[in-house]
Amino acid sequence: MDKLFVFNIQKYSIHDGDGIRTTIFFKGCPIRCAWCHNPESQRFGPELLWNQEKCTNCGACVEVCPTHAMKWNGSKVIMDRSLCTQCGKCVEACLNNVRELAGKYYTVEELVEEAEKDQMFYEESGGGVTLSGGEVMAQEPFHLIVELTRRLHEKGIPVAIDTSGFAPWERFEALLPFADVFLYDLKAMDPEKHKRLIGAENNLILDNLRKLSQNGAKVYLRMPLVGGLNTDDEDILPVIQLMQQGVRAERVYLLPYHNTGKSKYARLGRLYDINSVFNVPSPERLEEIAELFRKNGFPNVRIGG
Amino acid sequence: MAEINCSCAAPVSDNSGRNEVHGMNERIRKLRAESLNTQPSLYIGRAVLETEAYEKYEGEVSVPELRALFLKHYFSNKEISIHDGELIVGEKGNGPQSAPSFPELCCHTLEDMHVMNDRDLINFKVKDEDFKIQEEKIIPFWEKRSIRHKILNSMTEEWKKAYHAGIFTEFMEQRGPGHTVGSIKIYQKGFLDYQKDIQEAIDALDFYHDPEALKKKEQLNAMSIACDAIMILGRRYGELARSMAAEATDPQRKEDLLKIAANCDVVPAHKPETFHQALQMYWFVHLAVTSELNPWDAYSPGRLDQHLYPFYKKDVADGSLDREHALELLECLWVKFNNQPAPPKVGITLKESGTYTDFANINTGGIAPDGSNGVNDVSYLILDCMDDMRLLQPSSNVQISRKTPNKFLLRACEISRKGWGQPAFYNTEAIIQELLNAGKSIEDARMGGTSGCVETGAFGNEAYILTGYFNLPKILELTLYNGYDHVSGQQLGLQLGNAEDFKSYEELFDAFKKQVEYFADIKVKGSNVIEKIYAEYMPVPFLSIITNDCIKKGKDYNAGGARYNTSYLQGVGIGTITDCLAAIKYNVYDEKKFTMAELTDAMKKDFEGYDRILNLVQNHSPKYGNDDDYADDIMKSVFEFYRDTMTGRPNMRGGMYRVNMLPTTCHVYFGEVMMASANGRRAHKPVSEGISPEKSADTHGPTAVVKSCAKMDHLSTGGTLLNQKFTPSVVAGEQGLQQMANLIRSYFNMDGHHIQFNVIDRQVLLNAQAHPEDYKDLIVRVAGYSDHFNNLSRALQDEIIERTEQSFA
Repeated sequence: MDKLFVFNIQKYSIHDGDGIRTTIFFKGCPIRCAWCHNPESQRFGPELLWNQEKCTNCGACVEVCPTHAMKWNGSKVIMDRSLCTQCGKCVEACLNNVRELAGKYYTVEELVEEAEKDQMFYEESGGGVTLSGGEVMAQEPFHLIVELTRRLHEKGIPVAIDTSGFAPWERFEALLPFADVFLYDLKAMDPEKHKRLIGAENNLILDNLRKLSQNGAKVYLRMPLVGGLNTDDEDILPVIQLMQQGVRAERVYLLPYHNTGKSKYARLGRLYDINSVFNVPSPERLEEIAELFRKNGFPNVRIGG
Repeated sequence: MAEINCSCAAPVSDNSGRNEVHGMNERIRKLRAESLNTQPSLYIGRAVLETEAYEKYEGEVSVPELRALFLKHYFSNKEISIHDGELIVGEKGNGPQSAPSFPELCCHTLEDMHVMNDRDLINFKVKDEDFKIQEEKIIPFWEKRSIRHKILNSMTEEWKKAYHAGIFTEFMEQRGPGHTVGSIKIYQKGFLDYQKDIQEAIDALDFYHDPEALKKKEQLNAMSIACDAIMILGRRYGELARSMAAEATDPQRKEDLLKIAANCDVVPAHKPETFHQALQMYWFVHLAVTSELNPWDAYSPGRLDQHLYPFYKKDVADGSLDREHALELLECLWVKFNNQPAPPKVGITLKESGTYTDFANINTGGIAPDGSNGVNDVSYLILDCMDDMRLLQPSSNVQISRKTPNKFLLRACEISRKGWGQPAFYNTEAIIQELLNAGKSIEDARMGGTSGCVETGAFGNEAYILTGYFNLPKILELTLYNGYDHVSGQQLGLQLGNAEDFKSYEELFDAFKKQVEYFADIKVKGSNVIEKIYAEYMPVPFLSIITNDCIKKGKDYNAGGARYNTSYLQGVGIGTITDCLAAIKYNVYDEKKFTMAELTDAMKKDFEGYDRILNLVQNHSPKYGNDDDYADDIMKSVFEFYRDTMTGRPNMRGGMYRVNMLPTTCHVYFGEVMMASANGRRAHKPVSEGISPEKSADTHGPTAVVKSCAKMDHLSTGGTLLNQKFTPSVVAGEQGLQQMANLIRSYFNMDGHHIQFNVIDRQVLLNAQAHPEDYKDLIVRVAGYSDHFNNLSRALQDEIIERTEQSFA
């Protein structure tokens, strides 16, 4: 396959790096954060989104579905996702525009063209393109991500890599000459806790972060903060320690949890883990955490994207 | 991937719209409240005095002299008053929100007056005794003399049919020409000085060779009489202030009144010497222009920050003024503007402009005459004033040039994101190039700007008269039905075949072009006749005094006396027509998803029972506003054809027709007269406004919108209007503010003419619709102007609620 798999291209993106940006969201992520607000980005491969709340059960999708994934149960339309081949016929047929195919293949050329459309905005604002996900570092074939980054770089478009850090170092190394900044997530310093929250240990993530720093890469640390999960002093202080030991982060962003992703789970026919109670951290607590960084010699800390 | 993405770092929105306190001190708050809480009413005094003047002078003197003698009679005898707390004096009627009628233009029937009094929106209370005066004095004298009567009698059958069917509107049917703005001259000369200039022009007349010399002399005499008129008004206000001062018990008020009297000793007879006098001078001029006739777009003070700056600098230096007092005086002037509702309108004119707003518009920023950055201390003062006052009138805008400091732009964005639609943003470089392209000198272009909604003009030097809106989507509708109008049930256009007869998109587009040309000819012929009617029967000697080069030419403003004379035609519905043509081209001709016959059947039935077609045209067709060349190329082809068809036709004042792209409230009216359209727009719903995309059509965010819009060649127009709606979260915080500024700069780099923002939660608007009493202060951007949400018709409210919200964070 000589194409990359994208679930959204968002223009006028102003919270994923500097200036006005175009963010390309690649589909597929190797880790599973319980609070993920973009569940449609997790699986590699297309998925059908169906907003049942707004569906009028008109049945137009049933008529066109070649595999009978969509059918009548007598009173309303139901879906058997195991039969769905993501052909997209029902999306065009839907009379209420409540169906959407998450994920579309693009060549590098097409992505560059799309990104170039807003070059005048990047130049005016100091913005550029953000490669995000899913997990951009886990996309296959990865050499296309390298090529995309190189092509954008050659056109004078700054590229930010928005990553969880969970990928082999060689991949980061390949991007170093072309990427301008890494938006690097740090969810928890304690390995056990990290595993519990994300389903993977953080050794690789921390190793990559150290290496990026050693190689002089510009890094913005992004700390997703979920009330009660990773907002205590004992969660924060090790991050500060890491920075004091020489991991250079030009900025630290504190990103408070929000729950706008909840409804998307239903559209994917998936359950939001209702047992996990996630809290939005209080503004006061966020300010305290910011102060902790400042007090320890890291003034460049911001609350929000 | 950042799993947690924060969209809103800091809540900034104070656009709850609930009634708030505005005004810097008690004096201003009181005057502002009086301005907002007074019920607009009809003032019949002007009509009565005008009738008296005509009975006395008509037949004895020339038409221009008659007009000037009327103004003198009016200003000598109208009731005047000074309200408690005022520092700037003068009202058009007999107090705040009192609107004179203009029977010489539109002689209201008794029924008109009842409708005006009783209608829910934009009403004007009429006193019982005034019905009687109207019936016994005004109607018998003016009914057959009014310009409206003359116009409707002079128009062809074709014109009348097209006009009543909503193909185009006619600006001058109830309001005079105008559409112009003052220049530095107002602040540099007194009316005694003008009288000298006028006398010199009279002395220079060549009665040996010039067959027009007599006409010129009559015109110049009229201008001189008009100078007397404004000086009499100024003197009367001075005397009133002095006599009120004598009786005042409060020492502070006594001092204020004596200051007013002293100011009136200087202006308008002499040039102003202080900041305070400069404001009072402008205000007298404003009253005279808008009392003489009721020109569209009232009148505006030009590049106010630059005109006032020398006075400000001098007064501050000699200690007679500080920033706070200067702000107070500006706020007093703001109240004065807001006290003047637009003249009462009826019929189609009310529909195309359903608002009390009188379209005074102040340009702040931009560049200086020598091409350097024009932002000064007064520019920031004006921003503070508009922020503090939050009034509909004067409408406030900023001109942003490459040379404008970011600090100024960010301060303007900060006010704009509060969500009440002001200031609007204009591109100085675009304005200058538009003016140069239309033949103005570089000096005149630099001191030009925009007025009314978004119309470009050379301030003080140009009569740039709007002649009417042109309903582009409706003409496409007629093209699909062989020129037959199913709404009014008659043949209106040329018979070029039905939709099914066009074998290709090109054939369809060719037929559309022929229909546009056909209606353009009808419209322009009508406008030419109307221009002549105004030139002959309704000169404006006062406005001619202050507009270059009317004195020099001995010619009236309405007859081509200004240095430049432009007639604008406003194209409406470019978003709708583009999406209609794109839907047809894509589905019928390219992809063959359905036939033309199926589509027209669906449209005739308002898509009832045609869900599949509706779905395809609404949700799966290319749309303008997404930086998609498929649709945007169609937009360009329509725009360029419209522009080329109109631009360059000669008008009757020695100038030519040009186009701009703005709607006021006309997009609602133009939608009302239409069936369902090919983009899925349902029957009688509004068409798109300005050059903004059709509602909900733009799904790729604001950069895609401004890029689509920038594909239009703005520089070949006289102004375009882009309305961008944001939810508060998109413009929140430092990042939101910075990027809003960057979006504006980028759009202007691409030669965009104008952009304005509505930053209001949908929920707030829904609440306001349900509980108008709680939202008396809620102001929203409508087209090139803002209005109280409560003053808008239900259809317009709905339309504003539906406009796409750009929310992506």
